[in-house]
Amino acid sequence: MSEVKKTKYFNPYIGGVLLGLVLLAANFVSGRGLGASGAIKSAVVSTVNTVAPSHAENSAFYKNYNESHENPMKSWLVFQMMGVLVGGFLSGAFAKRLKFKVEHSPKITSKRRIIFAILGGMFFGFGSQLGRGCTSGSALSGMAVLSVGGFLTMACIFGTAFALAYFFRKNWI
Amino acid sequence: MAPLIVNEIISPDTNLLIAFLIGIGFGFVLEGSGFSSSCKLAGMFYGYDTTVLKVFFTAAITAMVGMLFFSLFGWMDLDFVYINPTYVTSAIVGGVVMGVGFIMGGFCPGTAFCAISIGKLDALAFIGGLTLGIVFFTEGYPLFEEMYKANFIGTPTMNELLDIPRGVFALGLILMAFAMFWVGEWAEKKFPREEY
Repeated sequence: MSEVKKTKYFNPYIGGVLLGLVLLAANFVSGRGLGASGAIKSAVVSTVNTVAPSHAENSAFYKNYNESHENPMKSWLVFQMMGVLVGGFLSGAFAKRLKFKVEHSPKITSKRRIIFAILGGMFFGFGSQLGRGCTSGSALSGMAVLSVGGFLTMACIFGTAFALAYFFRKNWI
Repeated sequence: MAPLIVNEIISPDTNLLIAFLIGIGFGFVLEGSGFSSSCKLAGMFYGYDTTVLKVFFTAAITAMVGMLFFSLFGWMDLDFVYINPTYVTSAIVGGVVMGVGFIMGGFCPGTAFCAISIGKLDALAFIGGLTLGIVFFTEGYPLFEEMYKANFIGTPTMNELLDIPRGVFALGLILMAFAMFWVGEWAEKKFPREEY
């Protein structure tokens, strides 16, 4: 029985309590929850400001954003996401999971997996802007502060994914 | 005394440093719980792995109960904690669009960053897609603005909506979470999968 078990993940309930404590710490210190998609939006706005400054000045979204944010990259979520990269890397390093690979079901090719990942990302990115936050910022953080919008978004994300699971089963099972 | 930033106990720059440290904790826990694997995340929707449900709801109730107690002890003023505003239309439509992205792409934004940190290239593709999706929104904003701002009802919380005390709603949510954990454990036995 010396064989190393393939996956050495936390017990999910312990992982959940730890994640809850991280979220509690964020609220305690900064009065706000966690997030992810907002950091990409900061990067997008910052890129547009640099590459096409006149476009940023004339387009409604960037104009509004820049009026309320002094420097889009000097934001709480950008720093938090940089931390996520470090934290994820450390956990992967300790558990010996660092490896470049395309993870997919053995029944599909890497190419198919990548195409669906890009398409899924596009939907998720768009939806996160429309819904004012993703699974972290709107659903998880919103639920912890009992926001009605947070519960609504959470139910719609998971409900839709469940409803469509049958049609995408070939990709996963 | 808390939130610390609102009450000016820490400076804005310290707040950013703490954001980075909190991010490390966030990434470490996500990766350690297995959220860096799209096949594990997608297992949620086929019943063979309900880790997402267990971690997600345990985290939400832990933070919720923590804030409730901190508030009772007088350690934290919940009036200064950010409550996500509720725009009914965009919360529903945005959520549905994200659900489509979730089942197609196998990640959400946070888990994709966590997965790219350990070298998952499908997560890199997903992040590329996320960026494109966000650009569609920011570039097409005038087209979506009306839907984005429709049916705004302020920042209600669930207990206000149901007109019950915060603690009672919290207890109900905890009981509901336990019921879902039981279903999750049952599903994993019913739809077992050896390797993924």
